[in-house]
Amino acid sequence: MKRLWAMVQARLLEVVRDRSALAWNLLFAPLLVVGMAVVFSGTPPPLFKVGVLGDAPATPLTHPFFATEGTRFHREASLEPAMVKLQRQRIDLLLDPSSQPLRYWINTDSQKGRLLQSLLRNSDADAKAQPVSGASIRYSDWLVPGLLGLNIMFSSLFAIGHVIVRYRKSGYLKRLNGTPLRAVEFISAQMIACLLLIVGIAAGMYAATDLFLHLRMEGSYLNLLLVAVLGSMSMIAMSLLVSARISSEELSGGLLNLLSWPMVVLSGVFFSLDGAPAVVQAAAQAFPLTHMLEAARAVMLDGAGLADIARSLAALAAMTAVFLAIGAGFFRWSQD
Amino acid sequence: MSAILSARELRKHYPGVKAVDGVSLDVEQGQCLGLLGPNGAGKSTTVEMLEGLVRPSSGEVLFRGKPIDAGYRERIGIQFQYTALQDFLTVRENLRFFASLYRNTLPLPQLIEACSLEEYLDRDHRKLSGGQRQRMLLAIALVNDPDIVFLDEPTTGLDPQARRNFWELVQAIKARGKTVVLTTHYMEEAYLLCDDIAIMDHGHVIARGSPRQLLAENFSDSVLELPIAEVDGRDLGELSLVRRSDRVEIMSADVNDTVRRLLSAGLSLAQLKIRPRTLEDLFLQLTGTELRA
Repeated sequence: MKRLWAMVQARLLEVVRDRSALAWNLLFAPLLVVGMAVVFSGTPPPLFKVGVLGDAPATPLTHPFFATEGTRFHREASLEPAMVKLQRQRIDLLLDPSSQPLRYWINTDSQKGRLLQSLLRNSDADAKAQPVSGASIRYSDWLVPGLLGLNIMFSSLFAIGHVIVRYRKSGYLKRLNGTPLRAVEFISAQMIACLLLIVGIAAGMYAATDLFLHLRMEGSYLNLLLVAVLGSMSMIAMSLLVSARISSEELSGGLLNLLSWPMVVLSGVFFSLDGAPAVVQAAAQAFPLTHMLEAARAVMLDGAGLADIARSLAALAAMTAVFLAIGAGFFRWSQD
Repeated sequence: MSAILSARELRKHYPGVKAVDGVSLDVEQGQCLGLLGPNGAGKSTTVEMLEGLVRPSSGEVLFRGKPIDAGYRERIGIQFQYTALQDFLTVRENLRFFASLYRNTLPLPQLIEACSLEEYLDRDHRKLSGGQRQRMLLAIALVNDPDIVFLDEPTTGLDPQARRNFWELVQAIKARGKTVVLTTHYMEEAYLLCDDIAIMDHGHVIARGSPRQLLAENFSDSVLELPIAEVDGRDLGELSLVRRSDRVEIMSADVNDTVRRLLSAGLSLAQLKIRPRTLEDLFLQLTGTELRA
């Protein structure tokens, strides 16, 4: 018991005296509380998303279906883009309240859509289903790029950041500094090694998933590879920036968590940000994962070409360049 | 002879600490300079400035008369006291890796033979003994056939055989005309290997010269050692005594006269040892005997 307590005390002293890690822990707790308060306060998130065409007000006075609980109704300006959202299950049902009888569109592959259809028919037996043009997309087709992207993000952030901090702490970086190796060469080498591993593993995962799920692939595999490479590079560069100076694995782990979790929630990995507040959508644009997933889904689901995803590719390339430039400038070979 | 490496008024100040405070040195080609000093004296910082790893607060380091630049790292080899290497690499893979970082390198077979690495070339470097590891680190420091080799306490923690083996390697390096800068806490090592010694304390060089020169300048006496039990309770008149834990040291400028006095005081000299002054005596005289951090 005495030995156990002595060990507990020694570990607690280590934590308390590692000032950078302690500061991180003290900072992270209130950040997490604030984050949870923001996410879970107010009304709970809607169960269903329904797009509404035209200008008719979405109130029960217009149509009793608008009283359905747990459902968010939002305005869709025109039919065609709304139809694409329906195909991708970004909305569960589309309505045109100005029509008589009421016209609606659903994606028959969507369970939520079918459930909403029965609710709608309970309140309006005359409502008439309209054909959805083009093939509908399974949720798995939409989700798999998100999950592969998530894997790339965690691998990029944690694999390289921790390694460099460990190299610095153990003195290996100091040893390398005694050779003609330049910081930019070291960083580039780490990036290339990491990139080969991460993209190779992601490609393997894609192939294995494709065997079971027969993923929808409308575009070019080369374009998808380019998206994966640029996306991985931007997140590796982000990790290099975090690990450019610090020597505490606890601190680097904390900072990488701080970067990764907002991306998990806000980059559209599991659900679409359609209908989310504009502030949230704007914040999501700051994350490389958002751009990588937008471009990957555009290639896989819509058959987008290079010109179509140029904006996302440019954002990823710019983030890579900025993170690398700052990371290389801040880079320190040895600890204090 | 012109200096291959020079330090001019090197200073390194950290907030509240003057780690190095005005060090000037010249190291001649083919010589071994020993930097000695208690812990915290400023040796490591001085060496790191000479290696080009730490930027001085003021002053400069010259290599062959010119300020050091990016090309300097091609011309030096460093053996750090504590060095981690990449995990899971064998000795051979480490040598190849470091060789690939330089433009000009020694042929690996020559390096392997020079540092006696043949037997464990394919062993994970983490599974080497202390002596084997130091020989591998020396080989890494020599991989680019450097003009100057920096050795930072290279034999700390080694057993006597491994230490002597390492000394032979360093002497072989010197025999090939290489310049060596050595930091050590072992005075015997410094005496054996160094042509020139700088003793540092509080960020300054407080003594400089060859080992013999330093001893000749600072001491003209010898030391007579007797067991404490032999001396206790005897009146030895005006003899200069220093008590150690197990023995008494008598400083003597005239050994014959001192021996006569000891005999006349009735001491048995059966266990008497007479030795010349050593670098350790000089080190303790110059830097004091109190424990340093």
